[in-house]
Amino acid sequence: MPEENLLSVPVGENDYSAGSKDATVTLVEYGDYECPHCGRAYSIIKKVQETMGDKLRFVFRNFPLTQVHPNALHAAEAAEIAGKHSKYWEMHDVLFENQDALDDESLKTYAEQIELDAEKFAEELENDIFEEKVRADFMGGVESGVNGTPTFFINGARFDQSWDYESLLEALENA
Amino acid sequence: MSELLKAGETAPDFTLPSHVGENAGDTEDKVMLSDLRGKNVILVFYPADWSAVCGDQLSLYNELLPTFEKQNAVLLGISVDGQFCHGAFRENRGYRMTLLSDFEPKGEVAKKYGVYRNGDGFSERALFVIDKNGVIRWSYVSPIGINPGAKEILQTLKEIQISENAEGEKANA
Repeated sequence: MPEENLLSVPVGENDYSAGSKDATVTLVEYGDYECPHCGRAYSIIKKVQETMGDKLRFVFRNFPLTQVHPNALHAAEAAEIAGKHSKYWEMHDVLFENQDALDDESLKTYAEQIELDAEKFAEELENDIFEEKVRADFMGGVESGVNGTPTFFINGARFDQSWDYESLLEALENA
Repeated sequence: MSELLKAGETAPDFTLPSHVGENAGDTEDKVMLSDLRGKNVILVFYPADWSAVCGDQLSLYNELLPTFEKQNAVLLGISVDGQFCHGAFRENRGYRMTLLSDFEPKGEVAKKYGVYRNGDGFSERALFVIDKNGVIRWSYVSPIGINPGAKEILQTLKEIQISENAEGEKANA
């Protein structure tokens, strides 16, 4: 059997996290904005966040399968750009709520919706200023044993069980 | 089932048709393992085209092809599906790796590597990393429904690179 899969890159300053930094449990998701399973996970995590409140810190890292999901890389970059302007989670949410429309034109519309400077956003997207960061997220994921999306880590260890609401909540509360 | 070939053993040679043939019986589309000497080879045996886990597993490898290339490695997918099935599967998923048909005699190559499931008529979900001299450096059989990811493949390729660099230094010393 392969050794246990642990996060090769610990949660740190390069990550966007939601919830309290002093939370008792940290959930990391490696996800792809164009992946339908991640879309399903998105609403489950929202529910878990509501239930657990301050007890949970949630971190999202990019794992775009760009060959099969042509818009996934730019969508991930869009979230990073929004993050640079302090609107990471706003963009994250809009992207998952509009998974079927993630082309560049749509991304620009979402940037406007969350009140980013549209022109600047378009320029930063065009210049792929976060492509390298997104790819680094991806490789860090592969090295941690991420094999598809979504893959979850609870307090640094890969969580291989079912991630329906009840199972995920139970695992987090017992972590 | 014969036993899984392990690190240190010589990788049995084979010639298999790939997805690229246009007409039944095309001969120019065959891939011979020993033709790839000088490169590292990642052999990915998987049960069948179109099944969900294989799809995810191959999607991940597809994404990593440029990374493997940088490590001087070629990835070959092998299943018992016919080459036209491979062709359609590959096109549908947007895969760029070579897929080989272990179709006739069915599963012969999988048997040589000790990864054929007799009762099922398809292969295990198995991985082999073979170095440029044709020696197996790592092998692994994953539970059939579990995507083994790429972590150990990358680790093995890194180890190969480190040992080659060390040999290079010795030769230059």
